[in-house]
Amino acid sequence: MFKSAKIREKKLEISILLVLVGIFLLFFIGNPSVFTKFDIYYSFMSTIPFFGIMALAMTFVVTLGMMDLSFPSVLAFSAWIFGKVFQISDNMFLAVAACLVTGIAAGALNTLLIVKIKIPSLVATIGTMFFFRGLVNVCAQGQGISLVDAQETIFFKLCVGRIGGVIPAQMIWMIALGVLLWSILKRHKFGSHVLMVGDNEASALMMGINANRVKMIVFMQMGLFAAFAGILSTLEVTYFWPSQGQGYLLTTLAAVFIGGTSVFGGMGTIFGTFIGALIIGSMEAGIIAIGLTGFWIQVIYGTIIMISVSIYALMLQKQR
Amino acid sequence: MHQLSDTDRSTLLVSMENIHKSFGEVDVLNGINFTIGHNEIIGLVGDNGAGKSTLIKLITGVHLPSSGEIYYKGEKITIHSVKRSRELGIETVYQERALADQQTMWRNMFAGREITNKLGFLKVNRQKEETEKLLREHMGFTSKALTTDSIVMSLSGGEKQGIAIGRALYFNADLIILDEPTMGLSLSETRRVLDFVQDIKKGGRSAVFISHNIYYVYPVADRFVILDRGRIAGEFQKKDISQDELVEKMVTLARTGKLE
Repeated sequence: MFKSAKIREKKLEISILLVLVGIFLLFFIGNPSVFTKFDIYYSFMSTIPFFGIMALAMTFVVTLGMMDLSFPSVLAFSAWIFGKVFQISDNMFLAVAACLVTGIAAGALNTLLIVKIKIPSLVATIGTMFFFRGLVNVCAQGQGISLVDAQETIFFKLCVGRIGGVIPAQMIWMIALGVLLWSILKRHKFGSHVLMVGDNEASALMMGINANRVKMIVFMQMGLFAAFAGILSTLEVTYFWPSQGQGYLLTTLAAVFIGGTSVFGGMGTIFGTFIGALIIGSMEAGIIAIGLTGFWIQVIYGTIIMISVSIYALMLQKQR
Repeated sequence: MHQLSDTDRSTLLVSMENIHKSFGEVDVLNGINFTIGHNEIIGLVGDNGAGKSTLIKLITGVHLPSSGEIYYKGEKITIHSVKRSRELGIETVYQERALADQQTMWRNMFAGREITNKLGFLKVNRQKEETEKLLREHMGFTSKALTTDSIVMSLSGGEKQGIAIGRALYFNADLIILDEPTMGLSLSETRRVLDFVQDIKKGGRSAVFISHNIYYVYPVADRFVILDRGRIAGEFQKKDISQDELVEKMVTLARTGKLE
């Protein structure tokens, strides 16, 4: 009769892990020669963190019961700032600082629209999505920025260097941020407040929780991590290009939803999002490796999303 | 207009003077003068829409008065918030129960006042221990199935109310406000709530008990304050009025707008 939260969460996390294992088993069987060598995993570790890190941040937004669609555009605009400042000043520290501040400021804009003016987050962030993309287009005028010189800097090695000559640093970042964000959501006062506000904002207010401040911090951290992802993806190829970030919108959201975080708010799993990112990130390469054409990718994405989200919805229903 | 002297105010727990509250164009409270004494149980009664919930939300800091003053233990309250009211020793058991359904007992118990270390990380074990104590000792829940990890959604109305009351008592309030605490409860669960109110009196604390059911309020209250359409229609000490007389007055008030 009384359902323990611990058991439910463990069930969820085990299911998502099983899905990952199942998928990789399919890949192994379909194409053992590719999946038993390191190369493909190297490729995954280089590329998944760009949207994986944003998915981790997005988990907080969804746990609040809200949405942010602007992050790919914020990624692009912050990346442009990053590239431009570096190009002009040759100072990596300045470029990184300017970029991250831009991300936080974008989060502040979202906060203004959503918290002060009270526009629903879905609508507000569609607006800022177009706004920041438009800003990139105007500022960049279709031109890329080369950052080859950045390769000399320590930051470069820190962000996208190969640890031990083998592991892409961005993967270490994703793991470290995963651990940090997990502990904040599950074990920190702030995480508790996010859960409360997402679950029942009226109750949270009655308990003295500053819901507006919680929302502000969540949207600002989303902007911050979008900017960080911008730095990583730019340094990886030592090049900024104006359409950066496009293509991450759906994969990032899919990673969060497949991971089990409830779109209704009040429940979030960083572990789930992490595994979800691994699943989404490996899907494309895996599908092609096992011999299906690229045409199959979206059908399979869609099927996996429908199945996993249905499982979670049914699990939630059983509880009521 | 009713001015209390400083001596009067210092003998009272709460004093609300000439309080007005509007929400936009709607005037919910008009010229309210309301006091709560030490170790006094007040039955705040009145029909739906009279303004009872709003009045108590002013005491607890959920809303701020549009005009008028509030004094607590003789000191004027200038900055108010829910956090501040808890610091002052005011706890509420809300009609809507103020619980988050999908969260566990131990998160709900400490919502808004989590036990943390210096960096803000939760002392989860401490919180779970205290919640366990609350459940077993204060609330008397013995069922093995109900644990600190249980999700609130799976509880009955009475159990949820029990948690909300237990939470208020646990944090050692001087003033406990109960807003329709028996709504939706079974007879035995209602009995338990009324016993809690009597424990509050025995413990030397004060309470404001809001209900439209006079039959529940009458036995446990010391004084009755009748609110009607934003104004105080009348006040009676229990010794001066019988249960039947009070019911009679409420019925007349509802029918004619006056107490007689």
